[in-house]
Amino acid sequence: MKALKYLLVGFFFGIVLTKSEAVSWYRIYEMFQFQSFHMYGIIMVAVITGAIGIQIIKRKKIKDIKGLPIAILDKEPGSTRFWIGGIIFGLGWALVGSCPGPIFILLGAGFLPVILILFGALFGTFLYGLVRDKLPH
Amino acid sequence: MENLFQTWPWYISGFLIGMTMLALIFFGKAFGMSSNLSTLCSMTGIGNRVPFFNYDWKLHRWNLIVVLGAMLGGYIAVHFMSDASNVAINPKTIAQLAQLGIDAPNGKLLPNTLFGNDIFQSPKMILILIIGGILIGFGTRYASGCTSGHAISGLSNFQIKSLKAVIGFFIGGLIMSHFILPLIF
Repeated sequence: MKALKYLLVGFFFGIVLTKSEAVSWYRIYEMFQFQSFHMYGIIMVAVITGAIGIQIIKRKKIKDIKGLPIAILDKEPGSTRFWIGGIIFGLGWALVGSCPGPIFILLGAGFLPVILILFGALFGTFLYGLVRDKLPH
Repeated sequence: MENLFQTWPWYISGFLIGMTMLALIFFGKAFGMSSNLSTLCSMTGIGNRVPFFNYDWKLHRWNLIVVLGAMLGGYIAVHFMSDASNVAINPKTIAQLAQLGIDAPNGKLLPNTLFGNDIFQSPKMILILIIGGILIGFGTRYASGCTSGHAISGLSNFQIKSLKAVIGFFIGGLIMSHFILPLIF
């Protein structure tokens, strides 16, 4: 039963991302070419919705499903990592048109070639783990 | 009902993505998809050799279940909720893509040029997809987050670090889309 709620949230997320076409290579290309407001609108409204929700959670000290206080963690320390890592991810995002969520969603939808992106992404993650100590963060 | 099959408008989609993040926060978790890539690496036991992956991956099992759900959602949405009117991108974009030799959407989510099943016969396309994946995997772990973790979760929690990462995403994306893609295609 505990697992079911995660399955349902994921299911919902998969449908929303597909029907909003955020999983579409075309939409990502169109966004980076500044030829549509669609993707910017999605990100903007998602952030506004999230920000309002988080403010309500913080101010009303809302408890989570188990009755525990909700702690929203800050991101890891560092600065270089966000710039360089961000740029590297951006290059990949615009090349193959998917971020990590859509890789899985598209695979589930049956787009077999996306498995190559997944293999690459797993290898890239592994590579980072391997050379992490040598990189500036 | 019919609206369900058409492209969902940005204000509805954005709201629902924000709610997805809030639901996970309410469950005592966090919204972030790229960490699943790390979990999958950790599951192989590679942590014995690469300390970065040496942690109890079972703590992240909930996120793999989210991913499984997302895959099912993608399957249902593509196979039972699609419509010929989908992916109606800007005609200017379509014309630009034609110049690069990339086919128009005509209702489909992905171009055949990059994602048709015959790409398995094209070393160039195989390489493009694998390299794209490597950039995504390496970049998201280096930046410790992707679109969900930084652009949505981080920005809505007013994290300056996430803003840096998101600006990075766009610097990289714009360079690829405007300067490198035209060289590749």
